[in-house]
Amino acid sequence: MARSLVPAAIASEPWGLILPLFVLNTFGSVVLYSAAGGHMRPWALLHEIHFLVFLLMAFGISRLSQDFFKVMAFPIYGVIVALLVLVELVGAVKGGSQRWLDLKFMQLQPSELMKPAIVLALARFFDMMPPGMTRTWRVLVPLAGIVGLPALLVMMQPDLGTGLAITVGAAVVIFMAGLPMWWFLSAGAAVLVAAPIAFFTLLHGYQRDRVLVFLNPESDPLGKGYHITQSKIAIGSGGFWGKGFGNGSQSHLDYLPEAQTDFAFATMAEEWGLVGGIFVLAIFLWVFRWGMRVSRNAPDRFSSLLAAGMTFTIFFYMAINTMMVLGLAPVVGIPLPFISHGGSSLMTNMICVGSIMAVDKWSKRGGALGT
Amino acid sequence: MFGEPRHVSTATLRNSFERRSVLIGGLQVGVGVLLAVRMGWIGVVQNAKYATASESNRVNLTLIPPRRGLILDRNNIPLAANRADYRVDVIPERVADTDKTLAELGQLLNLGPDALQDLQDKMDKARGAQPVEVASGLDWDHFAAVSVRLPDMPGVIAQRGFSRWYETGPSVGHLIGYVGPASAADYEKERNPLLITPGFKIGKDGMEKHFEAMLRGTPGARRAEVTASGRIVRDLEMREDVPGKTLKLTVNAQLQDYAARRIGLESAAVVVVDCLTGDILALVSMPSYDPNTFSDGIGRIEWKMLNEDDHIPLLNKAVRGLYPPGSTMKPMATLALQQHGVSPDERVNCPGGYRLGNRFFRCDAVHGSVDMRTAIERSCNTYFWSMAHRVGYDAIAPVARLLGLGQEFDLPGTAQRYGTIPDPAWKMRRYKQQWSAADSLNASIGQGYVSVSPLQLAVMTSRIASGKDLQPAIIFDQQRAATSPLPFSADQLAVAHDGMFRVVNGSGTATASRLQVGNIKMAGKTGTAQVRRLISRGHVGDWKSRDHSLFICYAPTDAPRYAMSVVVEHGTFGARAAAPIARDVMTFLFDPAKALDTLHALEKQWGGTPSERMQAKYRAFAAQYGASAPKVGNDAAVAEAITAADSSEAAVDTTTVTSEAEHGNDTAPSPSPSPSATPVAPAPATTPAPSPTIAASPSPTVTP
Repeated sequence: MARSLVPAAIASEPWGLILPLFVLNTFGSVVLYSAAGGHMRPWALLHEIHFLVFLLMAFGISRLSQDFFKVMAFPIYGVIVALLVLVELVGAVKGGSQRWLDLKFMQLQPSELMKPAIVLALARFFDMMPPGMTRTWRVLVPLAGIVGLPALLVMMQPDLGTGLAITVGAAVVIFMAGLPMWWFLSAGAAVLVAAPIAFFTLLHGYQRDRVLVFLNPESDPLGKGYHITQSKIAIGSGGFWGKGFGNGSQSHLDYLPEAQTDFAFATMAEEWGLVGGIFVLAIFLWVFRWGMRVSRNAPDRFSSLLAAGMTFTIFFYMAINTMMVLGLAPVVGIPLPFISHGGSSLMTNMICVGSIMAVDKWSKRGGALGT
Repeated sequence: MFGEPRHVSTATLRNSFERRSVLIGGLQVGVGVLLAVRMGWIGVVQNAKYATASESNRVNLTLIPPRRGLILDRNNIPLAANRADYRVDVIPERVADTDKTLAELGQLLNLGPDALQDLQDKMDKARGAQPVEVASGLDWDHFAAVSVRLPDMPGVIAQRGFSRWYETGPSVGHLIGYVGPASAADYEKERNPLLITPGFKIGKDGMEKHFEAMLRGTPGARRAEVTASGRIVRDLEMREDVPGKTLKLTVNAQLQDYAARRIGLESAAVVVVDCLTGDILALVSMPSYDPNTFSDGIGRIEWKMLNEDDHIPLLNKAVRGLYPPGSTMKPMATLALQQHGVSPDERVNCPGGYRLGNRFFRCDAVHGSVDMRTAIERSCNTYFWSMAHRVGYDAIAPVARLLGLGQEFDLPGTAQRYGTIPDPAWKMRRYKQQWSAADSLNASIGQGYVSVSPLQLAVMTSRIASGKDLQPAIIFDQQRAATSPLPFSADQLAVAHDGMFRVVNGSGTATASRLQVGNIKMAGKTGTAQVRRLISRGHVGDWKSRDHSLFICYAPTDAPRYAMSVVVEHGTFGARAAAPIARDVMTFLFDPAKALDTLHALEKQWGGTPSERMQAKYRAFAAQYGASAPKVGNDAAVAEAITAADSSEAAVDTTTVTSEAEHGNDTAPSPSPSPSATPVAPAPATTPAPSPTIAASPSPTVTP
């Protein structure tokens, strides 16, 4: 054990993950630099600093032992659920929903932290569960509790996007854990049936509008469909090569809303075109492939579920954001990892990255111990 | 997977994990491909569509309202010009907080409560992107004050532009019309973005409306890069506007203004026609509105002022006012009589009236023995009644029409009403009644059913003076119809000329109004038109029931150059109100300095020029009513109000006619003694001799 605490040589760090992420984040800074009209402030510089700070945090996480992860899994989960309850009680109301805890020195959004926390908790849950129970009905009861409680708390805020992210992240871990396939198929079918009912009964007015607008943004191009319409104009006008660095009129002239956060991909695509888009997608796919490979090579059930869940959490961010920006999903407030400006989501993503790096370390150190 | 064994080991789970991770990996790649394809679809396949959308976002095409074509008088003096000015508009649709914006604008531009109320009205009425004018003609300080606060007031536009300017204001109101912002109805008719460009004005009345297409010009355009909030980042390209074409009128601007001002406090029309060409040199109706203040929309106070004025400022009396011509018909009648064989030297005895059957038509005096010339000079009704009875009214009506009465002329931009020269067929059509001998008598002296406009009277005068069938023209370059001599001999015309000469220069009814300009002599004819069945006459009684005062004239008498008609509503006798105006306007044509001296003295008594008087009146109204005056209707309502102004005049005519019709078969004249029945000499113009006061008398008229 003592040897494992010795800092690894720099060469042993997972550069295959860090370098692409650094390139992606720096490209994000370039986009933000342009969006600010050719200035490092207010976004580009901070974006890069955030990355470096959270990268250090990820290195820190990657050095934690698997035992520590296992021990902390449920306590962390419990604390964040408690914070979610606290938000419900005393949270700050912004933009019509109650998501933030004002800690004086920073605004804490517990629902963000829940995304990696749920993955961790479930990985630990399946790690503790005897394999034989995996395909029995009894497993569903604790699962429903672990996933349902935070998901409902977040959706009540109301924050549909994050609630969905938590649920999907959890579902992927459960799926990978080997629960019977037909359960997922029937659950999928149930969602298909329930979605229209939920749409008309459970959703808030503005959430319903978002969905309706997504289905037909041109119905109200200056009103509720404005975001999607302008985003598509930005991406569409970029063409193959883009308008060129610093020439994005949609973002510079404020037609594109949230050009530095939720719609940063559109800002990028306007200036860098399809080429820039493919570049970003390629790096993401590289990162996901890397994450999934770590998951497959992981020494044990806990670490492989952890790595797969963390990878999928990042993937879900990226997929929902780009699909929204491209008009394939409703407008939900989910930023694009490493491109969009915003500390809180970057922290979540770097926690995921740190966890994957940790799993990578365990597998290298443990060798063939697991299987 | 359904058929898997119940026993689940770590190994089976590992196995399942392997397979499912491939599935998840596949999902990720699949989504990535989907995104790339979607991006290619939007960015490459549909690129043209979105590039256009992006460009139309980025670039804002602003139309620059074209400078409107000038309207010039015959000597190229501008009647309507354009002034460069600073202006502020507001597009209500884009205003975030109307009350706050209004309060701020009011404070920045020193708008009073009445102006703010008008602005609020206009904003309420505006539809879509229709702009509303807040202020124009601003000085730099006020303009700058608004400009620097524009970012806080979305929807407010401050810009430099041109606004229409009518140098002589009310004097040309009815002639030129006015311009104003295009209404929603205008926009529906002509879906032109220019119409909702701030600062653009459309012709609303008169020449401005009729020649809109010609005066408008082609707008310029400015391409600018704008932000989503409408802030201009930089100008990209600029195209100058092409000003509208110039419209040149036959009018003499100075004469037009002089006549308008000389009318003073009266409600009157003056028309001057060039006897050589038929050109209309002045076409004046006063009181009028000020087209300068109309062009930013009609305010509540202004509207109240115009509507409460019993002088009906909205009616263009020169072409739309219809009046019984009274004795001004007489020179025309002499031509008709001579054409039917009446010798000008034949004398008729006037015992103070004319008996038709058992009915007695009262003349205003006992004129004794009169010939044709004297009949004009002294305006003896008896002469014309007896002669008309002899030759028949049917002989007179065609000549009246020949000389222009009851006719409509080809004068674009003027909405003429052509009145009535009655005949038996007309009466049968209109009233289902037979023409009576009394109708002939009434019509022969320009009463009864006869109604004509001041314009027609001026044309008639010019034709009598020149002996040619002059066609009046208002557009300077208009193709003139060839004139031909009228079917009257020089001798016949001379009789009418002599009679009219003696009216002014002999012992006639308007001797007080002879010209005092060198050797130039004026010939004329007074007329007094009965307004309604009379309770009292002359200068007594309320203004509305007084007679109209008419005067026609031409000068110089030896070589007629200018013909004129003056109609003063409720001005009592022709010689009293109309003739002095005609004299001064005629004087202006030959000796402007002398005429202006007269005018300046008069304006001192009246309280200034028409513009000054209107402004004073506005201030008084504003002080009294503030913002509480009733709301102004839309364009349609304004048009309706103008029509209503017309018909109120028409109603007066009908009253006259009805009273005539009712009493047409009365057997005897009222025996009420007339206080002025005794004087043999016609009353001089300056003596306000009350004419016969005959209550409910069938007596058709008395024309001094």
